[in-house]
Amino acid sequence: MIKYLLTFLVLAGLIWLSVPLITEFTTSEGLNNISSEYVQLSAEKLNIPNTVTAIVVTFRGLDTLGEVTVLFLATAGVGFFLKRKDSEKQKKRPGSEILKTGSGILTPMIIVLGVYIFVHGHLTPGGGFQGGVVIASAFLLLILAYENFKFSHLLIHISESISGFTYVLIGLAGLAILGFNHFLDPRWLGLGEWGKLFSAGAVPIIYSLIGIKVGAEMSSLLDSMRDEGGHE
Amino acid sequence: MIVLITGFLLMLIGIWAMLSRKHLIRIVIGFAIVDTGINLVIVALGYVKGKTAPIIDRAVSSSQGAMAGVEAVGKVVDPIPSALVLTAIVIGLAVTALMLAYVIRLNNSGKSLNIDDFGDQKW
Amino acid sequence: MLNLVIIILLSIISLSAAIYAVRAKKLVNAVVASGVISLMASIVFLVLGAPDVAMTEASIGSGLTTVVFLYALKQIKSKGEKDDD
Repeated sequence: MIKYLLTFLVLAGLIWLSVPLITEFTTSEGLNNISSEYVQLSAEKLNIPNTVTAIVVTFRGLDTLGEVTVLFLATAGVGFFLKRKDSEKQKKRPGSEILKTGSGILTPMIIVLGVYIFVHGHLTPGGGFQGGVVIASAFLLLILAYENFKFSHLLIHISESISGFTYVLIGLAGLAILGFNHFLDPRWLGLGEWGKLFSAGAVPIIYSLIGIKVGAEMSSLLDSMRDEGGHE
Repeated sequence: MIVLITGFLLMLIGIWAMLSRKHLIRIVIGFAIVDTGINLVIVALGYVKGKTAPIIDRAVSSSQGAMAGVEAVGKVVDPIPSALVLTAIVIGLAVTALMLAYVIRLNNSGKSLNIDDFGDQKW
Repeated sequence: MLNLVIIILLSIISLSAAIYAVRAKKLVNAVVASGVISLMASIVFLVLGAPDVAMTEASIGSGLTTVVFLYALKQIKSKGEKDDD
């Protein structure tokens, strides 16, 4: 009884806190100073049409580096808690004929779509995170279709570590070439022409590395969530 | 405005689920609902009335190259909340997967999934 | 005006899906309902002018999160746990 009362009190308190936030809110009529500065700088200094990519990769690049680290830690935690027991063979239901045939046709297309999304991250909506997740969904299709599908864990670990290492290395290259205060600055590679694929310095390379890293991490996460602890 | 109210209501529903349910997976579902609600609130804060997506192309700017940004400032929504929410969604998935791994581990250790059975570590 | 109607409709759908997700008897229904919330939220993001966030939410929030939940449910079911509330 006291528990219901406490729950009710917490919810009522949250409502009481959020009502003034809602009633005093008005949709803004223009950008504030920092946002307009970012929009101008991303076209002027970085040659990137997609402003969100400019913020994620360059202006807040250190945050993205930290985020990739957090993602790696969480994946490693899941893999640690769900250690695979190879000794127990469990029977799995094989995928249907339609799923097998369809996965043979669709998997290369999905992977190509994922690569397209993260390579064009600075021109169109999308980027490393979305493309990596699309690649991981291709691996999910393979897992669902073939019941004994095994990842090459060595390949996943190698691609993940190499992409993470190269990401830091590119950031250090900005530090070394452009001088102090330019960590993760992509402008050392030459800006190129507006709206072309090879433009905006190192931004497409960084986002592709993030895409490969996220794809590898999500695939290994799905793989470790897949089958463990079947005590039958 | 409506999106703001929806986000706050989703947060309230999620917190209600986390506080009142007993099953561990239902608590994790409540956490996922709170996550979506917070993302809705942040994106709704960055919306500018009648403006379009923050991608500088022919729809927002007639010129190309370095001067395109100056013209685009008056025509796009705020890009910073989008970048923040992009980060938050990916982290949300990682945290949810970690919580589910804890739940599976607790289940495998022989106990049930009811949160009242884990009373031995109560303060 | 059309945007307003779309947003109101999506808000109603996602709020009712949230209440259903909390109150549903079977866990699978609750998981799928929380996926529906993410899908509606991604359409709202698209209307609010954030296509990057909409792509991320549609692929991660409603795709991978649901799959991870379902795998976790499968592993718990294989242990023989009854799912009463």
